[in-house]
Amino acid sequence: MSYNFRFSALLPYTDEIVRGVVLTLQLSVITMSIGLVIGLFVALARTGSIPVLRGAATTYVEAIRNTPLLVQLLIVFFGLPHLGIRFDANTAAVVALSINLGAYCGEILRAGLQSIRTSQVEAGRSLGLTAGQTFRHVVLFQAVKAVYPALTSQFVLLLLATSVVSAIGATELFSEASFIDSRTYRSFETYSLITAAYLVLTLTFRALFAVVWQLVFVRRSRSR
Amino acid sequence: MIREFGPNDIVYLLEAARWTVALALIAAVGGGILGVIVAVLRIVPFKPANWLAIGFINLIQGTPLLGQLFVFFFGLPLFHVVVDPWVAAALSLSIYASAFLGEIWRGSLQSVSPRQWEAGASLGLPYHQRLLHVILPQAIRIAVPPTVGFLVQLVKDTSLTALIGFVELTRESQILSNSTYAPLQVYGVAALIYFVICFALTRLSQRLERTPHAAR
Repeated sequence: MSYNFRFSALLPYTDEIVRGVVLTLQLSVITMSIGLVIGLFVALARTGSIPVLRGAATTYVEAIRNTPLLVQLLIVFFGLPHLGIRFDANTAAVVALSINLGAYCGEILRAGLQSIRTSQVEAGRSLGLTAGQTFRHVVLFQAVKAVYPALTSQFVLLLLATSVVSAIGATELFSEASFIDSRTYRSFETYSLITAAYLVLTLTFRALFAVVWQLVFVRRSRSR
Repeated sequence: MIREFGPNDIVYLLEAARWTVALALIAAVGGGILGVIVAVLRIVPFKPANWLAIGFINLIQGTPLLGQLFVFFFGLPLFHVVVDPWVAAALSLSIYASAFLGEIWRGSLQSVSPRQWEAGASLGLPYHQRLLHVILPQAIRIAVPPTVGFLVQLVKDTSLTALIGFVELTRESQILSNSTYAPLQVYGVAALIYFVICFALTRLSQRLERTPHAAR
């Protein structure tokens, strides 16, 4: 083995890596917020009774879920300008990721909505709660509990998926990797380190989500 | 040189899609073989083997596929393995698939009711016969729909290999987009081809899900 591993060559680039982590987190949180809003509309449209909206939402979900994120990203960044819609790389990244995530969130939220039986609502109403109170005290907690595991793992998947936007030159953790690589020529070390950084991020978030699950859902339902 | 986007380009894209399908098939077979090993290591009553499998699954599912591709692409030459985007792509996608397929299959094996094991034992079947004749036939029926569902994921994920220079559907679209300067049409057709492949698999998975399952 003639190759000398030199991870120390990456030391001067700590700032870039930290900046990349922050940018990736920002991108993920912004995308998740928009994706949830889109997802809520999609879920309502798909469970609603208006055929046109239901058809549109189903088409959107199927179109997004059966094509790769990278191609969606390339369409948004390179294709849409030909229709006069122009974004810079970072905006295009948020747009494409949100559109992509909206479809997945829509399916998760739809399942959540459908998991609450109407008998639960009827029970609340028959106890004299108003519609608003029934929603707040009966439906909401159960609905959030039902979608929490899927939504949090979707967030972790999003965190990993954001790496793809480096392909159009948006700035986040993975694009910092190609920057460091181009300066140090230590490709293997750079990409291993950056990949490991993602692992730290995902493990941290998974642990965090598990703690929240224990605190909010397990304890509370036990004390009831 | 810039030229018009024409029917020929659609043919080029369809030809490139063959490599997408080929890569997905290789990764599915390679990942399937490794996935069996992962699933077995994950359930055998031997703690260090379980830890090894859990560590591997966390490592693969906790890092971006793009990162894995780059690590393999730049890492293999250090071990004097001829680096060809083909090799790096096939190898890392297989390893990636094995972590997911292993978990799917472990879940399927464990979702067969323990009473089925007990029933087999009470009929006097030894361990391997119980596994082979009682548990596996039921587990396979449970495992098929999510496995086909994962293949959709795999087909889409092959698009990332474009970024290490493997010429499949997405890379070919990038090349054609540069030479025709018609990105909307080129990427649109590429998306349509992906859609046809993936939607067929999605539908198959949904249909399999509706067919009757094993006893629980």
